[in-house]
Amino acid sequence: MSTSTVPWDRVRRAGSKLTTPLHPDDYLRLLNPLWTSRELRGRVEKVVPETEDAATLVIRPGWGWRWDHRPGQYIGIGIPVDGKFQWRSYSVSSPTRQRGRTIAITVRAMPEGLLSSHLVNGLEPGTIVRLAAPEGDFTLPDPPPARMLFLVGGSGITPVMSMLRTLDRRRSMPDVVLHYSSPTPERMIFRDELRALEAEHDGLRLHQLHTDTDGMLDLADLDAICPDWRERETWACGPAPMLDAITEHYADAGLEDRLHVERFSLELGGEGGEGGTLTFRNSGKTVEVDGATTILEAGEGAGVGMPYGCRMGICHTCTVTLVSGTVRDLRNGDDYGQPNEQVQTCVTAAVGDCTLDI
Amino acid sequence: MAIADVTEYTHLSEEDVEQLGRELDAIRADIEESRNAADAAYINRLIRLQRGLAAGGRVAMLASSYSKRAGRPALVAGAAMLGVAKILENMEIGHNVMHGQWDWMNDPEIHSSNWEWDTAQPAEQWKHSHNYVHHQFTNVLGHDNDIGYGILRMAREQKWHPANLGQPVYNALLAALFQWGVALHDLDIERIRKGEKDPKEMKRQLRQILRKGRNQVLKDYVVYPALSGPAWRSTLKANAAANVTRNLWSYVIIFCGHFPDGALHFTEEELEDETRAEWYLRQMLGSANFEGGRTLHVLSGSLGYQIEHHLFPDLPSNRYPEIAVKVRALCEKYDIPYTIGPLHRQYGQALRTIIKLSVPNSWTTSDQPEPPSPVRDRRRKSDAERPSRRPELGAWSRSPRERSA
Repeated sequence: MSTSTVPWDRVRRAGSKLTTPLHPDDYLRLLNPLWTSRELRGRVEKVVPETEDAATLVIRPGWGWRWDHRPGQYIGIGIPVDGKFQWRSYSVSSPTRQRGRTIAITVRAMPEGLLSSHLVNGLEPGTIVRLAAPEGDFTLPDPPPARMLFLVGGSGITPVMSMLRTLDRRRSMPDVVLHYSSPTPERMIFRDELRALEAEHDGLRLHQLHTDTDGMLDLADLDAICPDWRERETWACGPAPMLDAITEHYADAGLEDRLHVERFSLELGGEGGEGGTLTFRNSGKTVEVDGATTILEAGEGAGVGMPYGCRMGICHTCTVTLVSGTVRDLRNGDDYGQPNEQVQTCVTAAVGDCTLDI
Repeated sequence: MAIADVTEYTHLSEEDVEQLGRELDAIRADIEESRNAADAAYINRLIRLQRGLAAGGRVAMLASSYSKRAGRPALVAGAAMLGVAKILENMEIGHNVMHGQWDWMNDPEIHSSNWEWDTAQPAEQWKHSHNYVHHQFTNVLGHDNDIGYGILRMAREQKWHPANLGQPVYNALLAALFQWGVALHDLDIERIRKGEKDPKEMKRQLRQILRKGRNQVLKDYVVYPALSGPAWRSTLKANAAANVTRNLWSYVIIFCGHFPDGALHFTEEELEDETRAEWYLRQMLGSANFEGGRTLHVLSGSLGYQIEHHLFPDLPSNRYPEIAVKVRALCEKYDIPYTIGPLHRQYGQALRTIIKLSVPNSWTTSDQPEPPSPVRDRRRKSDAERPSRRPELGAWSRSPRERSA
């Protein structure tokens, strides 16, 4: 287990008497960049090409990493580009472990995605990256349900791969159907491993669809691909149009409860705020905003040095203290308005006047 | 000598001043757009060097206490390394990080909002007294508490008091104990004396200073000497030497910023309807540079580029040399004085002012042009009486650690 017999917190507190106002970790990381828990860090150990435009990054996390990621969750990864840290989030593709040495994320280079291209093609083993702790509710329950269906498109395979690998490692593969849409066989990430898993486990059935030649998945075909899909717990991950179609299909069948969806883009489905005057206390700036503009965008527009990461509400890099006022989460309409509450600026908008501590 | 209107003083037209402002804005934009990996590497390298020196110095001192042969030289080398480390940490790293010069890197470990420096003053109070009060109201009488720090009489407009006769002595004490003087700066002792300070705020600040100061004192004067065993006395002395060296050095550098002849004072009339361009102009007239090589500038936190620092307090300090070339050219173009000289001359002038102003004005002559505005007592202003702050001065947010205090 991750609990240690040495009370590291106490050791560190004692050590900080020697290093105040810094922490011992601020010096130790000069010896080894991973010997610090002030910020989560990791070292890229290997970059494994998966397809022409996708690669798996095997990362060794440093101190402070808790080996508690659940299969299907994503982590944040921050790398300096032109001297400035840029953050993105990627699903972990390796199976869960209570302890271990490495985790793996699988990244597809997006045509306009500077950072993803850099991760796939430009990252040297040995590079030190920043990490953000695992998050997300698109996870495999423990114990897993007896019958499962995965509907996957493109790089949406990565969180599902972590689930399959976990089931494989635990030797507890239930009845699983995996539909995997990909433009061509060559673009299928993990295709060899998936075939091997299928051969090994009687419970796992793989259905491949190559959309360049055979067209997109028509959900009417689901009855043929997996006749008992209505009785299965379903996880869907892939491009937004595919997920929209699946969500609609399940809603029509009255089976929303059975469907778990992972989206990798910000969807502001909730109602907007009301807008108001934002006051950035420490930089002394104020700006009028409407209820649809995020606090982050408003702050950047006003020239405040706002911290930011994924810009879609998952990495928490942009979190700032809300001194007074109320903000609304644009994804689900939840309000946050307790004094000195920490709010994610990239997905919230003002409901009336707000003051932020930045 | 105090100036009530910078535009009038420089004999520039309003359009000229606005044009100057636009040209300075352009210099700023240039730097902001070109900040890159090399700049990030500069601050990261410097932080590594500084921490290496600090750790090396401490280890050398400890080694000297347990080794008979290497004792003395290791102790001296250790003290010197620690002194240089403290100077670098306070000047080129701490001061500049807290100005927000490196916030653009989006690196939470090098950010103005949570940097804490190796000196007695808590970062939060520094960011208020320095980034806000001093940088916005630079050299405005009654508004800028850095004119003499409430201890010294540094402007002829400040009323003379017999207590000022002791100035040379106060000055020497301030130099030796500079970090403790700075630690108390944001308390604003003058306002406490006059009973104008909110007692709750004062108590909060005092608690903060005591906690920070206690940790600093424990580290240098209890923990490391205790680790040195029988040689505790020499470790204690070496640490004190490093601290005093840093105090003297930072005192000299800081006194060269606004006290040499040529760095002018302003009256509060200047603040009325002051435009951003006039604010720029006031920074140029109120600051003084000194000359030196690259090492001197790094050791002095790039404050030899005081004029550039005051124009652009939140641009990365390693870019000040290239900014200085452009600023100097602008000064020539608009015929604005650009005060600069060798370090010893700049400090010598500051010292002369300290001594001259310890006696009533009539006993001495000013080294600057006579004040165009009448001399009168200027009471220190509170935050409530100061105009609202200018946003371009960089962040000076409260650190998360202090927020709960």
